[in-house]
Amino acid sequence: MITCKEAVERLWEYLDRNLLRLEQDELDEHLGVCRHCCGELEFAERIREMFRRPIGPELSPETRMRLDTLLRGLERQ
Amino acid sequence: MSQPPSTAAAEFEGMIKPHLDYLYGLALRLSGNRSEAEDVVQDALVKAFRAFPDLRNRERPGLWLTRVLTSCYYDRLRTKLGEREVVSLDDEAHFDLFDKIVEEDPFPYSDRVHLDFIALFNDARIIEVLGALHPKYRVAVILAYVYGYTAREISTITRAPLGTVLARLSRGRKQLERELWEYAVRQRLIPHPEVRA
Repeated sequence: MITCKEAVERLWEYLDRNLLRLEQDELDEHLGVCRHCCGELEFAERIREMFRRPIGPELSPETRMRLDTLLRGLERQ
Repeated sequence: MSQPPSTAAAEFEGMIKPHLDYLYGLALRLSGNRSEAEDVVQDALVKAFRAFPDLRNRERPGLWLTRVLTSCYYDRLRTKLGEREVVSLDDEAHFDLFDKIVEEDPFPYSDRVHLDFIALFNDARIIEVLGALHPKYRVAVILAYVYGYTAREISTITRAPLGTVLARLSRGRKQLERELWEYAVRQRLIPHPEVRA
C-alpha cells in the first residue's frame, strides 16, 4: 500500500480527476484505512471551495462605464 | 454627431459585454489590484477586437477571450518582472498546510482548527494570497482552482505543453498552501509561532 506521503501528493490530482486508474485505485485503498489522509482530502476540498467562491460585484459602475467607452471607441484605435 | 458603430464593432461589443465581469474578475485575481486589472482588461479588449475578424467560433468565445486576456497579463508582467524579487521555491515541495495547522495549533480551544483556518480568508485576502503566488504558477493555479479549467484547457490558453501545465499546478498548489499559512502569520490573523511558544 502507498504511504501517507505518497497519498497526500496525489490528493489534488485525485480531485482534478487527473490520476491514472492504478494511481487512483492505490489512493482509494489508502483512504479506506487512513483517517489522517481522509482529513487531508476533506481539507483540500474545502480549500478549493474557498477559491471557487464568487468574489463580490466584479465590475464597479465606474469601471464598466470606462470599458463601455473604450468599446465604443475601438474602431478609432 | 458621433458615427454609428460598424457591423463588426457592434457584433464585437455584443459578444464581449456578457463576458466583461468574468474578464475583470480573472484580471483582478491575476494582477491582485483593481487598477491593474482594469488596464489588463482594456489591453485585452483592444487586442481581441483586432483579432476578432479571424475568430471562427463567435458563439462560445470564452476560451479565446481567456487566452487573449492571459496573454495581455503576461505582456504587462514581462515589463514588471525586473522589479520583482524571485523567490526560492526549493522548500515548497515539503510543505503541508494540513499538518502545519495541526503542529502549530493556532486555535488551541477549537475542535475544528482546519475549518477555523479557512474561515480567516475573506474575498480581499484570497485575492492578496493569489497575488503573492509566483507569476510562473499563478496563471495555472487561478485558471484551474478559481475557474475550473482542466489542465488540457490551460495548456490551450497559455500555449504551454500539458506536462508543463501539470508541473506548474503541482508546484503552484504547494506554494498556495505555504502562502496561505505565511499570509495568516504576516497579517497576524493567527498568533505568531514565536509568541505561542
